[in-house]
Amino acid sequence: MTQAIMTTSRWRSGVAPAGSTGPWLLGALGVLLVGISLFAAGQGAYGLPLRELPGVLAAAFAADEDRSAAELVFFNIRLPRLLLGLMAGAGLGMAGALMQGLFRNPLADPGLIGVSSGAALAAGVTIVLGASWFPDLPRALGSWTLVVMAFGGGLLVTWLIYVLSSREGGVRVGLMLLAGIAINALAGAGLGLLSFLASDEQLRSLQFWLLGSLGGARWSAVWLVGGLCAMTLVAGFRLARPLNALALGEAQAVLLGVPVERLQRQVVVLTALAVGAVTATTGIIGFIGLVAPHMMRLLAGPDHRWVLPGSALIGASLVLLADAVARTVAAPAELPLGVLTALVGVPFFLTLLRSAHGRRL
Amino acid sequence: MNGALVEQSEAPAMNARLRDPQWRQAWAGQTDAGSLYWVDSVPCAADEAMVPDVGMAGGLVAQGVCVTAGNALLVHDVDLHLPAGEVGVLLGPNGAGKSTLLSVLSGLKRPQAGRVLIDGQPVTALSAGALARRRAMLAQDTSVAFDFKVRELVELGRFPHRLHPSRDESDIVNQAMACADVTHLADRQVQGLSGGERARVQLARALAQVWEAPADDASRWLLLDEPTAALDLRHQHETLATVRRWAREQGTGVLAVLHDLNLALRYADRVWVLDHGRLQAAGHPAKVLTPDLLHRVWQVQAHPVRDAEGCPQLLVGVSA
Repeated sequence: MTQAIMTTSRWRSGVAPAGSTGPWLLGALGVLLVGISLFAAGQGAYGLPLRELPGVLAAAFAADEDRSAAELVFFNIRLPRLLLGLMAGAGLGMAGALMQGLFRNPLADPGLIGVSSGAALAAGVTIVLGASWFPDLPRALGSWTLVVMAFGGGLLVTWLIYVLSSREGGVRVGLMLLAGIAINALAGAGLGLLSFLASDEQLRSLQFWLLGSLGGARWSAVWLVGGLCAMTLVAGFRLARPLNALALGEAQAVLLGVPVERLQRQVVVLTALAVGAVTATTGIIGFIGLVAPHMMRLLAGPDHRWVLPGSALIGASLVLLADAVARTVAAPAELPLGVLTALVGVPFFLTLLRSAHGRRL
Repeated sequence: MNGALVEQSEAPAMNARLRDPQWRQAWAGQTDAGSLYWVDSVPCAADEAMVPDVGMAGGLVAQGVCVTAGNALLVHDVDLHLPAGEVGVLLGPNGAGKSTLLSVLSGLKRPQAGRVLIDGQPVTALSAGALARRRAMLAQDTSVAFDFKVRELVELGRFPHRLHPSRDESDIVNQAMACADVTHLADRQVQGLSGGERARVQLARALAQVWEAPADDASRWLLLDEPTAALDLRHQHETLATVRRWAREQGTGVLAVLHDLNLALRYADRVWVLDHGRLQAAGHPAKVLTPDLLHRVWQVQAHPVRDAEGCPQLLVGVSA
């Protein structure tokens, strides 16, 4: 080395940078997602063969007033469900990657900031106590009552955890983790109490909500979730490089010029909005936010420029795949989506962990 | 110590420095005869011809810096001046306040009193981004949250330059890696490296951060918190020799926290000795690091010797 520094030309003889596999991988995941979408479009109680799909799609642009059954099913049920699953999966995957980047911990999950448990608790209160506590609410909000309450509850609990973990000069991430765990336990206790108070019918709808489903997909939900998730996706991509720098530690990130406090706030707000909207409309879809970023990191390394979009693509693929299985495997009944995301995701994830063990972990 | 070692004559350049009021101030309290041994020839550290001529207005300056934590006084009224292009070393026992002072100088920590200036400008007046383009720091904690490759980690040092990248970013990363002797590790995962290898990778990251002078040719600073702590013997010397040569060539100021006094004697242009948050001595290493001072600050017995090249070194023992 001492000789090397005598001539700067020696310094230049370093290895050439290896071409990044990131863009190729993202392309492949995009193709995979399109494939899964086409497959999922055909699955369901009303079978829709792939070869009929172009005809159905073309009919959307036809002036023809009377629609075939296939067209009605596709545009009113299948397509909104597909899009809701797509955006929800992408939002959950992205939010998981943002959370793991913020907490600098691969075990972090969007639930840590309390948005899911807050939404669940609010949904539980609405289902079990809504009729007695605020009987007038459904008149004002109609079928949106549960969605609005859950969304509000998620944001409220996130805000509470954020305030609890704030000190001068930003949030203490370690404190946030502990506050999140504590508040989640509290919300769990609240849900337990609600289950105790609930009638059998209420208990059933509460349980169903907690396990997640895309069954309630309608166009209005698609716009809500799609809008907020799209915002998180676009704004989240811009945080990739600051999150990379944050991997060196908060102090080092500050020394590199990262506005750490603002970054923390942005991540929490984006995650709360996206996950809050998803959870409010679909119930709790577990595992996606944890597993999607892991899969992407195993495939492409820890660079958030690839991990963030990759997690969105993987999250969307997983949710669509799980939902397709959920509505076919016991048709015409539907299995809860949360059960399927775990059933589909876990074996895949464990296989990946085993194959990559010792290499990237 | 033995009077035979005491020599009163000084190199002309040193005399010039001593006439400078700021140097005199820094040396206040260091005028006892015992502290002036060795000074006529200190070929390793004070190769005066190689020190770029910098105006005293410039440089990294701490004025009356105080840091408290609760009732504890971590740093008390410390003055410090490091010209660009020189290697300064902070010395002192554990808990003396060296790392705290370093993080104040980096702009990371705000002092309760006093201020830090870079070329006459308070660090608080610089934006985080502008500061990051001029000052890099190697922390003691070299761990990384995710398993980046070595090259990717060194590239993170270029983060402050993302909006105005250099003409050849990957070349800078290559050169920084070569400089820290980690080129052969470029495609390894960081978490699989040894502690010393990881420290060198982080050094390369810090070097990459301030590799090129900013567009306005502003001065650059490299702050190193125990850069040699995890390194093997060869890399301890190579790292310090490299950053010193780099400081000379680039006019970058280097300030390092070290525990090895002999490394400081060999590579530092000036040293500051802290104890209990207070500055005990400052100045040329061979002048400052007297057996008396070592006994007072570290409670060790030291015997000054010279190595084959004539560079002063200390044999240290703990005797009753």
